[in-house]
Amino acid sequence: MFYREAGQFKTSYAADQALLPIRQDRIGLGLILLVAFVAVPLLASDFFIGSIMIPFLVFTLAAVGLNILTGYAGQLSLGTGAFMGVGAYACYKLTTYFPDINILFMVLLSGIFSAAVGVVFGLPSLRIKGLYLAITTLAAQFFLEWCFIRIGWLYNYNDSGAIEVPQRKLFDIAITGASASPTVRYLVIVSLVALMTLVAANVLRGRIGRSWMMIRDMDIAAELMGVRPLYAKLSAFAFSSYYCGVAGALMVFFWIGSAEAEAFDINHSLLVLFMVIIGGMGSLLGCFMGAAFIWILPIAIRAVPQMLGLDVIAATTEHVSNIIIGVLIIFFLIVEPHGLARLWQIGKEKLRTWPFPYSSN
Amino acid sequence: MPTGKQVSVDQYSGSTADQDRSSMDLTASKPVSETSRQYTTELLSIENVSLSFGGVQAVTDISFNIMEGEVRAIIGPNGAGKTSLLNIINGFYHPQEGVINFRGKQRRRMKPYQAAASGIARTFQNVALFKGMSTLDNIMSGRSLKMHRGFLWQVIHLGPARNEEIQHRRRVEEIIDFLEIAHIRKQPVGRLPYGLQKRVELGRAMAMEPELLLLDEPMAGMNLEEKEDMSRFIIDLNSEFGTTIALIEHDMGVVMDLADRVVVLDYGKKIADGTPTEVQASQEVIDAYLGVAH
Ligand SMILES: Nc1ncnc2c1ncn2[C@@H]1O[C@H](COP(=O)(O)OP(=O)(O)O)[C@@H](O)[C@H]1O
Ligand SMILES: [Mg+2]
Repeated sequence: MFYREAGQFKTSYAADQALLPIRQDRIGLGLILLVAFVAVPLLASDFFIGSIMIPFLVFTLAAVGLNILTGYAGQLSLGTGAFMGVGAYACYKLTTYFPDINILFMVLLSGIFSAAVGVVFGLPSLRIKGLYLAITTLAAQFFLEWCFIRIGWLYNYNDSGAIEVPQRKLFDIAITGASASPTVRYLVIVSLVALMTLVAANVLRGRIGRSWMMIRDMDIAAELMGVRPLYAKLSAFAFSSYYCGVAGALMVFFWIGSAEAEAFDINHSLLVLFMVIIGGMGSLLGCFMGAAFIWILPIAIRAVPQMLGLDVIAATTEHVSNIIIGVLIIFFLIVEPHGLARLWQIGKEKLRTWPFPYSSN
Repeated sequence: MPTGKQVSVDQYSGSTADQDRSSMDLTASKPVSETSRQYTTELLSIENVSLSFGGVQAVTDISFNIMEGEVRAIIGPNGAGKTSLLNIINGFYHPQEGVINFRGKQRRRMKPYQAAASGIARTFQNVALFKGMSTLDNIMSGRSLKMHRGFLWQVIHLGPARNEEIQHRRRVEEIIDFLEIAHIRKQPVGRLPYGLQKRVELGRAMAMEPELLLLDEPMAGMNLEEKEDMSRFIIDLNSEFGTTIALIEHDMGVVMDLADRVVVLDYGKKIADGTPTEVQASQEVIDAYLGVAH
């Protein structure tokens, strides 16, 4: 009763095709944006911004990237971490060669490099599917990791073997490097994530997004409707890897500040994959939910015993959160492949019909 | 122009046991079409086509043609090679021998998406919808080839890209009206009952506005009422929009009422070709097909 479109009649196809056709959803999004862009920067502590919000948003963007490929185009990938690495190393090389060019431009440009790498490693998808494809993306993961370690040129032959983020400014304010404040870095990330999520939503609801879902659901029929598998699959790899690449560049430049190859290892890939599974395959909202859940849960579990004054060993809390996440992944894989986002939708449907549980509309 | 075919659906015999009655009704229901419907242009012709899978000879030396504007039925017992023939026509299978002419030109070996672009659409024997998408999106997907706005327009989804989407949505809504499926417009097709799924699949093929529509057992597994609806859609599609249709169907009553000409296959070979009454009279057909219960 509280949440429904009653009385909100669409008078045009344009209104019906809008991203958020229901008014309550639009109000909700407005509130979220208000919190994200105004309340958090003004009110939240540096710890909350730097250790919760920034990583959450970086992972969200990576999850959007992987979800486009796996959830929307149906191509399983285990190489997300490596594709993020390509973006990060590309951004590092670009900004050391061209220190005067705006770092934000370089971040967006570095995604192109990982898109290109994504296309190359997407080529096998034209021949193989499912688990076998996942194995080839795993090969990509290990090969790229090897490159990050062995090719000194990528990290400018630093003794540490790590890429160290230099200071870069926007309008005379430091936005990267040690002196950039968490709030400033947060504002950069949240703007990019909001913008790129909108772009993803637009692409997904148009011709190209449909062609990905067609290939995912029934590739034979898709080909018969004139979709070329080559274009559809490789464009999905490119688009998805672009997002992962930008997420990787943001991760190093706006979050952790320096990174070695290990930062982009298989664990990182799996973490993002878990976010997509728990959040929901084929849902952009799910990317936010999954990233929030998996990033924040361990922090919360660590905080709870402290608040209760209990003395629990750090390793124990870590094990507890791993167990919870593991169980949830199994639960979602078996029971609800559309993840938290689907549960949220079911909840909304219940709200629509409440208090009349049996009316369907 | 094709003259309107009239079908009173209660004439469908549904089974071949009722053969006498249905052939009598045939002369009553299609007297005009069999004599005066003249088709002058050949849309597709298949010459001496053979296809084998390893040792299995699916199609053997088959020739037949489809005229522009007609409803051409392909019948035959299970495993006769009907589906394989459709798969050849839309580029899934490549025959080892034979020639295919489409619109008067000999066709080169082509991929399914090329066949689609050349104006051939198709429904499948086992429903092949995009299960995760809504009815609306499934039918919109049939417009893929007609949408051209590039990636950058899609990114902003404003102006021309949005207009294109809306313009095609309008066309899709016409199809939804035509097929009377407005009530399931936003539902994911995976949850729809079988009969409606078949209907959505027809809608998706219609959205391509094909010159040649291949229907592989569009009424299999349907009850009488659903068959009546589907027959009506096929007839309207053919007579109102002039779409040429190749129809695989087991229900002889349906075939006799809808088809202008029938080609009969058995074990991959063509055993008869002609008007429904001619075909029905053929002893070979009776032996191979009509006598056998399906
Ligand atoms: N992809 C394939 N691989 C091997 N054999 C096939 C294939 N497709 C069809 N066949 C064989 O070709 C013959 C004709 O099949 P089909 O065209 O499906 O018949 P129908 O549609 O008339 O029932 C059958 O013997 C079938 O087993
Ligand atoms: Mg068949």
